[in-house]
Amino acid sequence: MCGIVGIYLKSKKFEKDLGKMLSGMLVNMESRGPDSAGFAIYKKEKKEEFKYSICINNLVFEKFKKDISKKIKYNSILKNSDHAILSSKENPNKVLSILNEIKEISLVGYGRSIEIFKQIGNPKDVVKKFNLEKFSGTHAIGHTRMATESAITTDGSHPYSTGSDECLVHNGSLSNHNNLRRDLIKRRINFKSENDTEVAAGYISNHLSNKKNLKETLESALSDLDGFYTFITGTKKGFAIVRDEIACKPAVISETKDYVAIASEFQAMAHLPSVNIANIFEPQPGIVYSWGN
Amino acid sequence: MKLDLKKLKLRKVNETLQSIDPKKNNKNYTILNPEGNHAICVGLTDDIDITIKGHVGYYCGGMNQNANITVEGNAGTGVAENMMSGKIHVKGNASQSAGATAHGGFLIIDGDASSRCGISMKGIDIVVKGSVGHMSAFMAQSGNLIVCGNAGEALGDSLYETDIYIRGKVKSLGADCIEKKMDNKHLKKLEKLLKKAKLEKLKTKDFKRYGSARKLYNFKIDNVSSY
Repeated sequence: MCGIVGIYLKSKKFEKDLGKMLSGMLVNMESRGPDSAGFAIYKKEKKEEFKYSICINNLVFEKFKKDISKKIKYNSILKNSDHAILSSKENPNKVLSILNEIKEISLVGYGRSIEIFKQIGNPKDVVKKFNLEKFSGTHAIGHTRMATESAITTDGSHPYSTGSDECLVHNGSLSNHNNLRRDLIKRRINFKSENDTEVAAGYISNHLSNKKNLKETLESALSDLDGFYTFITGTKKGFAIVRDEIACKPAVISETKDYVAIASEFQAMAHLPSVNIANIFEPQPGIVYSWGN
Repeated sequence: MKLDLKKLKLRKVNETLQSIDPKKNNKNYTILNPEGNHAICVGLTDDIDITIKGHVGYYCGGMNQNANITVEGNAGTGVAENMMSGKIHVKGNASQSAGATAHGGFLIIDGDASSRCGISMKGIDIVVKGSVGHMSAFMAQSGNLIVCGNAGEALGDSLYETDIYIRGKVKSLGADCIEKKMDNKHLKKLEKLLKKAKLEKLKTKDFKRYGSARKLYNFKIDNVSSY
């Protein structure tokens, strides 16, 4: 069992409240995933700048900042608990290779607008530590984890991001992830963990880089990914959900004129504005629901 | 009497409803702010009327005996699971496994019910005004499932003796489930149940009946090589 949540804003009305809305959803999904939590939030992009979400683990921030300034020319580096967001105009491939070489840190995501924070611990503590309530943005995805198939670590936490501005959260388990991982490694997708969800994220990255859109990608995932899953996935401008054909893993969608909210259970969104007049429905098995592009 | 789940703990609300004092003769209860909580109104045994103002989570009204529960919203997984008697009326949609394993009573869903509606039902009558998802009435043993809309894939898979009545389209039938002739006694039973759900306007002749072909009941020696 895990809890997955997401919000996609259809209007600007709630942009400032996005963090607060998502925070409540994650806290309410503690019962489905008490051991780790994480979230990805999409903010307005700045021209030519790429952002790198880094978990600095046990490093002292000031020392990390000093060391990294010798290697990367950055515009800003902002500390948020044990994570840091580094913004730079340098070539992303160069920055990525430098960051990936630093063994003490984990690069949890990068892109023009995405910021990712994830950590082990109770969802209530995790959202508080990263001050999620203060975040604004256009769409966001979150996860509360009850580990089943790999260890309780930061790298085992969701969301997973294997490409620029991409992220994925998962409730379920995949059974053919080892074969798929081997295949995707040959296609130059990098993996950081033994986790099945990271393979699904890699699968999506591979398809998106082959110029497929998010909806087409998830439609092909339905035949290529074997196992139980409800996925919520985000790109810079897109947001989607898909459930496998058997649909053991739950999901509820609430849609109003201002937002689309998705969660494993309705109780995660009971606090959202106007939710009682929202169109509330369950996504049907084997059908991709997407917003944006 | 009003019970507000924002002020009272769920356990307190359920305990209150499970231990009604017959001398006080208060038979009407309203539950406020359910906010998708699980296990609201489980294990009730008295003949009381409860209205829940909002959406409920998993297993609402589970194991119910005698109580009359109305949900003014949607219901999560397993509404009325293992109900013995009484009535549950969901005014919105119901999630998976509505009425699962229920032995008796009456479940009405005004909207749609998703997959596995009536799974392993053992005597309950279920009326869904909308449509039901895949694997509905899976291994259903007794009782009646009436669907005014459509049914998803594998309806009535491995069915025993539940009667299924569908007004709309059936995507596919499960193993051992077949369409059966609608006799007079079936028409009468359907008419009675539609009336009970206040759906007298619907014509019984628009429904089709499905049931078990009874071919999975016994092991066939001809199939021994398949195992």
